[in-house]
Formats: sequence, structure tokens, C-alpha cells
Amino acid sequence: MIEIIFNSIPSFWPEITMSLTFVVSMIVEFSIGRKEKSSTGMTTGLFVLAGFIITILQLPFQNPEPRLLFGTMYSVDPFAMFFKYLILATGIVIIVFSMQSAELRKQRAIGEFYSFIAAMTFGMMLMTGASHLLMIYLAIEVVSISSFILSGFSKSLHRSSEASLKYVLFGGAASGVMLYGMSLLYGLTGALDIFQIQAGLASGVFVPQEADFAVLMISIIMILVGFGYKISAVPFHFWTPDVYEGAPITVTAYLAVASKAAGFAIMIRFFYVTFFDSMVDIGKWVSLPHFEWNIVLAVLAVITMTLGNVVAVWQDNLKRMLAYSSIAHAGYILMGAVVMTDLGISAMLMYFVIYFFMNLGAFYVVMAVADRIGSEHIDDYRGLGKRAPIVSVGLSVFLVSLTGLPPLAGFIGKWMLFSAVVEANFIWLAIIGVINSAISLYYYARVFRNMYLREPLNGDTSPITFSPLVIVTTILFIVPNIIFGLYFGPLVSYAQHSVRIFLP
Amino acid sequence: MIPVHYYLILSAVMFITGVVGVLTRRNAIIIFMCIELMLNSVNLTFVAFSSYLGNEAGQMFVFFVMAVAAAEAAVGLAIVIALFRNKQTVNINEVNILKW
Repeated sequence: MIEIIFNSIPSFWPEITMSLTFVVSMIVEFSIGRKEKSSTGMTTGLFVLAGFIITILQLPFQNPEPRLLFGTMYSVDPFAMFFKYLILATGIVIIVFSMQSAELRKQRAIGEFYSFIAAMTFGMMLMTGASHLLMIYLAIEVVSISSFILSGFSKSLHRSSEASLKYVLFGGAASGVMLYGMSLLYGLTGALDIFQIQAGLASGVFVPQEADFAVLMISIIMILVGFGYKISAVPFHFWTPDVYEGAPITVTAYLAVASKAAGFAIMIRFFYVTFFDSMVDIGKWVSLPHFEWNIVLAVLAVITMTLGNVVAVWQDNLKRMLAYSSIAHAGYILMGAVVMTDLGISAMLMYFVIYFFMNLGAFYVVMAVADRIGSEHIDDYRGLGKRAPIVSVGLSVFLVSLTGLPPLAGFIGKWMLFSAVVEANFIWLAIIGVINSAISLYYYARVFRNMYLREPLNGDTSPITFSPLVIVTTILFIVPNIIFGLYFGPLVSYAQHSVRIFLP
Repeated sequence: MIPVHYYLILSAVMFITGVVGVLTRRNAIIIFMCIELMLNSVNLTFVAFSSYLGNEAGQMFVFFVMAVAAAEAAVGLAIVIALFRNKQTVNINEVNILKW
């Protein structure tokens, strides 16, 4: 037993570094007096940033061959590696954004903010590889609890504490439902690690019209509630717009990109391992031949993207509009999960990389503008095109990319997803996806119209000056949106290389 | 020896009570209690299956669920206090500046 642990540790260094970053920064924060805290926040931030960079540099040394660590608790494979790179890169960007955010600079205990970012990242890294129900639960809870704290970080702001209360109530209920599903699955298969669950499902004959089959359906739907809450799929999305609007904007961006990616990672791994049999036919849900699971996921994808896009049409707060747009994007990405072939999964992975650039860019511009004009309301964006040209061009590029128009990167992402769906004969799903992209153009176009075609509300046409740092960061996010729209070969081959999920 | 399905029925009743409470109650503290009830019904199911199947893994799971539930309750109550300081209420119907 003890040898298993010692043999696993060398492949576990990135995670250990991340947890040490959290623990050390937290202890340092505890030992600092209340008065000095405001001045040491930046130092803690730099310490956590260094922890992130060391972690990401250690990742290439994590064993590239798919294998299991700590018994069956944790898988290390190219699939998990891909998501770890994505999550750590997002974390680094978010820490740099947070250091620039005026909203967060006002907070007293800002050092603790960075500690919790490290804790949340640690949880998300575990989510990418968890292959045991206990590990899945613990990883999801580590992420949830630290994001409850982060979303309520502006304690004096009413909307921030309201957001985190809604988040904690919804998160607690969703994880309770998921756990009940897990306990039923344990009772049916007698196992907690997903490989043995797969074996149990494949050997046990679950026939429709029998009680066991009904219990199995209920348990898997309940587990799906837990995953759906993490990826904010409709109808488990109710927390999303409130939390995204109320939380500090860098936390919103982190939830929208990294937390969603980790949720998808754990969901893909769970379904891929438990329901598929690599020996038979990839793309068929072998373990449950009597039930069309991909239809359930397809319906989930359709309602998620439709509701996200339709409700976004009448949002006036840009942060909230981006929240609904991120719900809609979860719907698009779910289309890849419907297919679950190598093609579908690699399209999802690619979409995440592109989503990283376009969504973080959009959130960054909204943050920078809010720091200057003190508002995220769409009417305050009137005339921004003349007052702040570079930033406005940036926001336009990110929003066009989010819509999925050529020649920007978002088009390539959507095109890969749609072609994977069409390949699997879900043509109706692809058509609904295209219609949804058209709807999304409508509400993004409201932002363009306000920025370029309308005069400012109070007639204030004075130019807004941004610091060079903001301009450079915006341009740094514009460039990949254009490059990946034209030259996406390496991205495709990296995504295809990363599809390998550990199977025993 | 009490058959396993007695425990399962009890835990299902507890779970449904918790879910109904979460959906119908308006006081944030009571909603937390209902979530705890859901988690405890999960624990009962795990222990019942564990003894039925003769497999200790389920009992190990229960310890983790209890520890995480305690952490979640600590964070949740802290958030309720932060909200109460801003708004002087724990009724979630009055917590409504964010909607649609």
C-alpha cells in the first residue's frame, strides 16, 4: 500500500506544488496583522503567481504515458494534461488581471484572494484526472467552496454577498443530489472507482422494465445534475447569471473559462470510461444498450444554447450578457459530448483553447472599461468607439469571435464542433447550433451599435485614456483570435493528440 | 438483521424531505439544514450498501462527506452573516437585486 503512494508521488509534483502554494500563502496571510494586510497583498499575489509558473513548468515532466496514481484515485494522461495546461494558463492570466483590477485593489485582505485562487486551481487540477467517485466529489467540492468564497469577496457590496449566498445554496443542493446518485451507483455496482463501475455495468444485465434499470437511470441523472451545475447547463444554470454579475469580474472570468473546462473534463472522463468500451466501438454507449444517452445530452445541449442566447438578448449589463453567452457556449461544447467520438472530443478541446482567448479578452475589456467609467451597463458604452478606439476594436474582435464569424478563431472552433456533430448524423443538432449563432449575433451587435453608431448619453465625448498595459494586454488577446482563425493546424493536431483518456 | 431496503426507504424519505425543504423554504438557514439532511441521507445509503455488500469503501466515503459538509456549512454561514450585515435579512425572497 505504502509503495503505491511512494511510486505515485513523482508523477504528482505539479499538484503538490499547487497545494503548497495555497497552504504557504494562507499561513503567511494568517500571520500578518490586520493593519499591514493592505500593503502585503501584492507580495502574496506575486508569490502565488510564482507558484503557478513553477507548476506549469513541472507539467511536461508528469508521466506522459497514461497511468493511474494512488491506486485508482487519479489518472494521468494526455487528456488531463491538456486541461491542466489550460487551467493553469487561465489562472496566470486571472492573477495578472486581478493585480490590475481597481475593484479588487480596494479590498482589505487581497492577499487571501490569491490564496483562494490557488486553492481553486488545485481543485480543478484534481478534477481533470479524478477517476474515483470519492476523488470526483472531493475535487468538485474543493473548487466549489473556494469559488463560494471568491464570488463573495467584495464583502461590503450587496450584490457580491447576494451572489455568493445563491451560489452556496445552489451548489450545496446540487452536490447533495450528485452524492445521492453516487450512493445509488455504488449500491448497484459495488464499486467506487469508475473502471470497476464500467465493469459492473458491462457485466450486470440492466434490462428496461426492471427496477434495477430505473434506479440506474435515476442515479446517472442525479450525477448529471452535479456535472451540469459545474458546467452551468440548463436547467442547472440558475446560479450562473447572478454569480457572474455579482462576483468580482476576474473571478467571473475564471469561473467562465477554467471552472467550466474542469467541469467538462470530469464529465467527459466519467461518461467516456463508464459507458464506453474501447474494445467494441468508440462512439456507442455500450454499457447501456437500451437507452439513448446521447439523445439526453443532445436535448440538454439544445436547451442550454437556446436559453442562453435568447435570454442574453435582453440583458443590459455587459457582465450578465457575457454570463448568458457563456451558458450558450456550454451548450455548443456539449454538442461534442453528444458525439463522444475522438473527433467530437478533440473538437471540444479545441473549442476550449479558442474560448480561452475570446472570452478572457472580452472580460478583460469589460473590466478595464468598468475601472475607468465605473459601469458595465450597455448604455454607458455609447460612443466608446470614438472615446477609446483600441479597446473598442478589441471588444469587437472578441465578440465577433464569440459569435463565430470567419475569419476569427471562434469560427474555426464552431466549425470543428459542427462538423463532428454532422459526421455522427446529428444534422438537426448542427442546424440548431447554426441558428443559435445567428441569434447570438443580434445581442453582440447591440454592443457594436452602441459603441460605434450612437452618441454618448450625456454628450461626454472626451477620450478615455487607458494605461499602456491595458492597450498591450488587449492587443495580446486580439492576436491569437486572428492567428487561430487563419492558421489552426497545430491546434488541431495538439487537440487530436490530447484525446487519449486512460482506460485499463 | 434488518433488511437493507428498510434503510434505503428511510434514506429516500430523508432525501426527499431535504429536497422539498430546499425548494419550498425561504429562510437561508433552514435551506442549509435541508441540504445537511440531503447529505445525511446520502451517508445512510452509503453505510447501508456498505454493510449489505460487505465492502468498506462506502463507509470511508461517509467520513469525507461529513468533513466536506462541515466545511461547506462554515463557509455558507459566513456568507449568510456577510449578507445579514448588508441587508438585515436572511429571507431569500428579499435577496433579489439580481434577476433575469
